Amino acid sequence: MLRYLSTRVSQLILVLFAVSILVFIFTSVMGNPVYLMVRENATEAEIQAAIEYLGLDKPLPVQYGIFIKNALKGDFGKSYIYHQPALGLIMERFPATLELVFIAMLLSALIGIPLGVLSGAYPNKISSKAIMTLSIAGISLPSFWIGMVMIFFFSLTLGILPVSGRGDIGTILGLQTSLATTNGLRHLVLPSLTLALANIATIIRLTRAGMQENIRQDYVKFARAKGVSSRKVLFGHALKNTLIPVVTIFGLQLGSLIAFTTITETIFAWPGMGKLLIDAINSADRPIVAAYVLFVAVMFVFINFIVDILYTFIDPRIDLK
Amino acid sequence: MKKKLLQVNNLRTYFHTFKGTVKAVDNISFDIDEGEILGVVGESGGGKSITGFSIIKLIDEPGKIETGEIIFDGQDLMKKSESQMNEIRGKDISMVFQDPMTSLNPVYTIGEQMEEVLILHEKLTKDQRKKRCIELLKAVGISNPESRLKSYPHQFSGGMRQRVVIAIALAANPKLIIADEPTTALDVTIQAQILRLMTNLVKEQGCSLMLITHDLAVVSEIADRINVMYCGKIVETGSSKSIVEKFKHPYTKGLISSIPDLDKDKDRLETIPGIVPNMFNLPKGCNFSPRCKYCKDICKEKEPELVKVDEKHYVACHFPLREGEK
Repeated sequence: MLRYLSTRVSQLILVLFAVSILVFIFTSVMGNPVYLMVRENATEAEIQAAIEYLGLDKPLPVQYGIFIKNALKGDFGKSYIYHQPALGLIMERFPATLELVFIAMLLSALIGIPLGVLSGAYPNKISSKAIMTLSIAGISLPSFWIGMVMIFFFSLTLGILPVSGRGDIGTILGLQTSLATTNGLRHLVLPSLTLALANIATIIRLTRAGMQENIRQDYVKFARAKGVSSRKVLFGHALKNTLIPVVTIFGLQLGSLIAFTTITETIFAWPGMGKLLIDAINSADRPIVAAYVLFVAVMFVFINFIVDILYTFIDPRIDLK
Repeated sequence: MKKKLLQVNNLRTYFHTFKGTVKAVDNISFDIDEGEILGVVGESGGGKSITGFSIIKLIDEPGKIETGEIIFDGQDLMKKSESQMNEIRGKDISMVFQDPMTSLNPVYTIGEQMEEVLILHEKLTKDQRKKRCIELLKAVGISNPESRLKSYPHQFSGGMRQRVVIAIALAANPKLIIADEPTTALDVTIQAQILRLMTNLVKEQGCSLMLITHDLAVVSEIADRINVMYCGKIVETGSSKSIVEKFKHPYTKGLISSIPDLDKDKDRLETIPGIVPNMFNLPKGCNFSPRCKYCKDICKEKEPELVKVDEKHYVACHFPLREGEK
């Protein structure tokens, strides 16, 4: 286990190194932030001063060296636009995105897995066929369109749910979250559902495929011959053998949802990280983009580490060594 | 006179597929006495396993038990609901499957899988359950049962897994065990061990055993009675002794003579000519007629019925073999 951990950490360092170089190169060609900072008819001297202030006059490798040196201390520089530490800005927005993703993933698991199990176990039932048809729709419809249709239907036509924004925020265990207030929860419904739909569909199809393979296995029949009820056979015996690919995809989805909720956050004007990233890219705000991408890389490695640990709990034949 | 434990009357289990209907079990009747070992033999595809699964009503789509009575311990299982059947499965009737490598769930420990039966069918405390599991593992000859309870199936060899499966089958003191080719997937050296273990435990507990196998040599040694099945029908039934010594059906004869005899010096083993007919398209008349060297015109026209030829010995053949006919 310790050896596994150390290989994982060294992998993480390698990944971060590669990602940081890529980010640095791309953001340096992405656009010049100087022109966004100085006033419209600035003089040569003013522009030169701004360039020197940002340290952009130094050669790229030197800039990278300074960036790495500071990053190791947890300092990704100040945002060119907000004049605040980049990482701080991201962490400030993080809870909003996290609560959205948390609810969306909860919905995917609670809806996707049971529906997948049932449609895999009874593929000939009308309800299973309906689930499969809907899941194709869920995968193929783009989320921005679903989001807008839901706003139109639930908010504008029926008027039962708010159109956009995060709503009231309360505190649970010291965390600022809209999960704490009814108003906040009402604001969460539509964006989290929009975010969840495609994932629910993927989880359903994945679970179903695994179930169809597993319910044909001898151990399922043997469990039934022991007198185990069909519900327990499905959810106790067959499902656990199906979970490995489901957990893998779940982890990847969790990562990409946290990192790239951009579209949904834009539609619902949700003040999360996704919106921050889009704004930063538009204004060539290099510290934020760099900190963001590195943050996402760390998060992905961490989530996959958790997924690997989960494997060993699900399937005893998997050994992390 | 022993009490009848199981009576199967006119059982028909059909599989309705796109290509047509397969009569996997076609109108068979038989019974098992209390404490009796019944052997069911025949080639692959003869309907032996389906007969076993029909008794506990574990037939999956597209299969269906069409008609018949399954009277077990005075109750007709055909009239039981699925949840009532779950109380009988594993408790009164348990099963041992062919392939021990796949019949245990790979993600649960041996202990968890043994306990499951006890939780479902016995009212025991946690400690009592653990004690019972250890007892059972000891009974099937697994050393260090305490530590083995926490092992997973992949840490066991095939023979040990089959011992665990047998322990699970015995856990709730069933009245009948249906063993579907329990030794076929095992090493030849282990086969005899497992079979002896099973028969000993069955005799000890006084429960009945339905032993399904394609190996007539195995069955003739331990079974009290034998049903010979061919293409979903029972073609001959009788006591082991009378089947082996006074077989009447050409198919039974074929099965017996294909057992290699080590005392005789022979270059080639005896076989039954031809193959099992296509189950979608069974021959008219007697199913065995295309492969039978005694076949006459009537065999291709009329299906023979089971007739009594001796005390408890029945055969379905128009021209039963005379004794000693080789």
